[in-house]
Amino acid sequence: MKKEVILSGFGGQGVMSIGKNLVEAAVAEDLEASWVPSYGPEMRGGTANCTVIISDERIGAPLVERPSEIIAMNRAALAKFEGAVAAGGTVFVNSSIIPDKVSRTDVKAVYVPCDEIAAGLGNSKVANMVMLGAYIGATGALKQETIEAMIAEMFTGKKAKLVPLNLEALHKGMECGMPA
Amino acid sequence: MTTIYEKTKGLQDTELHYCPGCAHGIVHKLIGEVLEEMDALDTAIGICPVGCAVFAGNYFSFDTIEAAHGRAPAVATAVKRTHPDQPVFTYQGDGDLASIGAAEIVHAAMRGEKFTTVFINNAIYGMTGGQMAPTTLIGQKATTAPMGRTKEQAGMPIRVAEMLSTLDGCVYAERVCVTDIPHLVKAKKAIKKAFARQMSGDGFTFVEILAACPTNWGMEIDEANKWLMENMAAYYPLGVIKDTEAM
Amino acid sequence: MKREIWKGSEAIAEAAIRAGCRCFFGYPITPQNEIPEYMSLHMPQSGGVFVQAESELAAINMVYGAAASGVRAMTSSSSPGVSLKQEGISYMAACQLPAVVVNVMRGGPGLGSIQPAQGDYFQATRGGGNGDYRTVTLAPANIQEAVDLTQEAFDIADQYRNPVVLLADGLIGQMMEPIVWKERTPRQLPEKIWAASGRRGRDHTNFITSLLIDAPACEAHNLELAKKTAEMEKNECRWEEIMLDGAEVVIVAYGTPSRVAQTAAENLRKQGVKAGVFRPITLWPYPYARLKEIAALDTTRVFLDVEMSLGQMLDDVNLAVAERKPVRFYGRCGGSIPHVSEVEQAALEAWKEVK
Repeated sequence: MKKEVILSGFGGQGVMSIGKNLVEAAVAEDLEASWVPSYGPEMRGGTANCTVIISDERIGAPLVERPSEIIAMNRAALAKFEGAVAAGGTVFVNSSIIPDKVSRTDVKAVYVPCDEIAAGLGNSKVANMVMLGAYIGATGALKQETIEAMIAEMFTGKKAKLVPLNLEALHKGMECGMPA
Repeated sequence: MTTIYEKTKGLQDTELHYCPGCAHGIVHKLIGEVLEEMDALDTAIGICPVGCAVFAGNYFSFDTIEAAHGRAPAVATAVKRTHPDQPVFTYQGDGDLASIGAAEIVHAAMRGEKFTTVFINNAIYGMTGGQMAPTTLIGQKATTAPMGRTKEQAGMPIRVAEMLSTLDGCVYAERVCVTDIPHLVKAKKAIKKAFARQMSGDGFTFVEILAACPTNWGMEIDEANKWLMENMAAYYPLGVIKDTEAM
Repeated sequence: MKREIWKGSEAIAEAAIRAGCRCFFGYPITPQNEIPEYMSLHMPQSGGVFVQAESELAAINMVYGAAASGVRAMTSSSSPGVSLKQEGISYMAACQLPAVVVNVMRGGPGLGSIQPAQGDYFQATRGGGNGDYRTVTLAPANIQEAVDLTQEAFDIADQYRNPVVLLADGLIGQMMEPIVWKERTPRQLPEKIWAASGRRGRDHTNFITSLLIDAPACEAHNLELAKKTAEMEKNECRWEEIMLDGAEVVIVAYGTPSRVAQTAAENLRKQGVKAGVFRPITLWPYPYARLKEIAALDTTRVFLDVEMSLGQMLDDVNLAVAERKPVRFYGRCGGSIPHVSEVEQAALEAWKEVK
């Protein structure tokens, strides 16, 4: 098993953090994982992206040319990375923000209205968790229980009340991602 | 028989290499005496400069570290912070402190590092053979200012004690000289006070010592001391520049 | 053991604290700011000293001061900053002072870029400052190794009384991976009886100096240092061999490019090309002897040196291979990272050339 994902969006959309979530969940499942951020002047205000690799074997190159999936949280992200996805791979599109459709026919497209779902749940901040759910639902790369346990660990003490909200966001996202 | 004079235990029993009329030997002795009187020869750590006093570690009878040119305040910062209960000082000349080490001394003073700096200002580079220093006076000749320093070419000399006094981290700064016994007594008092304030944990302490360099000034010893009092002391006024205890 | 996810720079900082580093002195420069940031919080918490110095020069000389007075100390920086630190590194080598210097390399020369690079290989492995000396240079290729080597670096420094350089590239500094905090057995190390930390009853003074103004004395001192250099060369050489069994194309790479090379070699093996990777872990001492043996194997046909520079380690590969087999080179520089496909292509071309 090897997943090579590029996650991209505006700074503040939480792409770096769901990238880390993927790594945390993978490690919890005794897999190998790596996370590489883009860093530099583009960190400030522009598009943020990171590359996550999950594998059951030692990870070589931590950066990828042909990711198995991309997660595009904004329009620029889709434009920049759609062409890179490996044939047969999957493009995850935050359709709340991105009006465009995936133009390639050799990849699967999953449209997730992350911000609408998050708004429906009463907290726009969980849009990224919706997308993480969609990724898990569509790829089955990691177990639902692992992510749920991770969410429970993420929010403790005063923040514990955020657990149900994030779980709901995860589940809604998974429904979007699951093959119909 | 009564002992009327004894060499300080702060210095090793060895011959110094300094030229006749040089202030280094005298100031070494004063530091040795002060640390001996503080009963600190077993704990003191001195940081030596690059310049004529580069061999000071061969003379002091306590532990010493030879720093790269100008970096003594950085070295002392680490030594004092890792040995906060021990007296630590840097011993630096004008090329070392006011030129190549200007950043290090300013920032150590800014941080209020709890060590003492003894600054020997003889307005010339001694060890390298008489080149112009940042403290060389206007009109004073040096091998790199053969017609004498000019303001247009090299700017005005720097008054380090006054400059460091503007920093809140510097709690005590005094300028002294060692040209005669009364001045020497004052100089020792200043060094003693600087170490005392250091050990109280007050902040950065600084003693600037105007010193003659007869060899590189091209003067006889008496002539050099006279020149120092008439010219250097006029531009670099003697006395307490800053003392937060007196404020 | 529990696996924890750490970012490279922060893992290096934490590893240093766990290795008994008591002082950190640094100056901000991208891409390693997480090291001083981490240290500013955690070093004082563990009873140590953190100072943000006014410059890299001051920082390395603070390390010099701490080391001279017998305290474990470290500094970190990135390429242009490490150039400034060379003064202190040379002085520490001369005064036989142990310390750890971390260089998270970025693109150069000059101010360069802030992206990962390996252009400081010569500087790290050839001494870097003035005079005859070497520093053990450790090159991690993943975060676990960065942690292990950082801890080891302090022991190596103390054992030989010599500065040790941890040479990482920007990617290693910035990436996150799972690691475990291993129980480690520290080396048996001599007491620091030479330290200038106050006499405390000692019958002689310790004077730390590198000035030996008489040539014969200075030469004798250099010859003493050279004995240590030989000891380090003998004892501290490390490397890893990846898929080298029967390899016809041997890719030589360290740090991030070695990971790219590993993936390229895997892909090549799938295409029927027997490729493998030789990964030096110590860049000085360089594993010449083992590379020489590999060059002598009948199966070995060609070497491909891959770097994030225009060919610096290449000199060492050539010294080891000594024309027994052809050596080819592929490099990206200035902050660009070689792609797997590029390395694969270069290896394939090298292989076809000698087939």
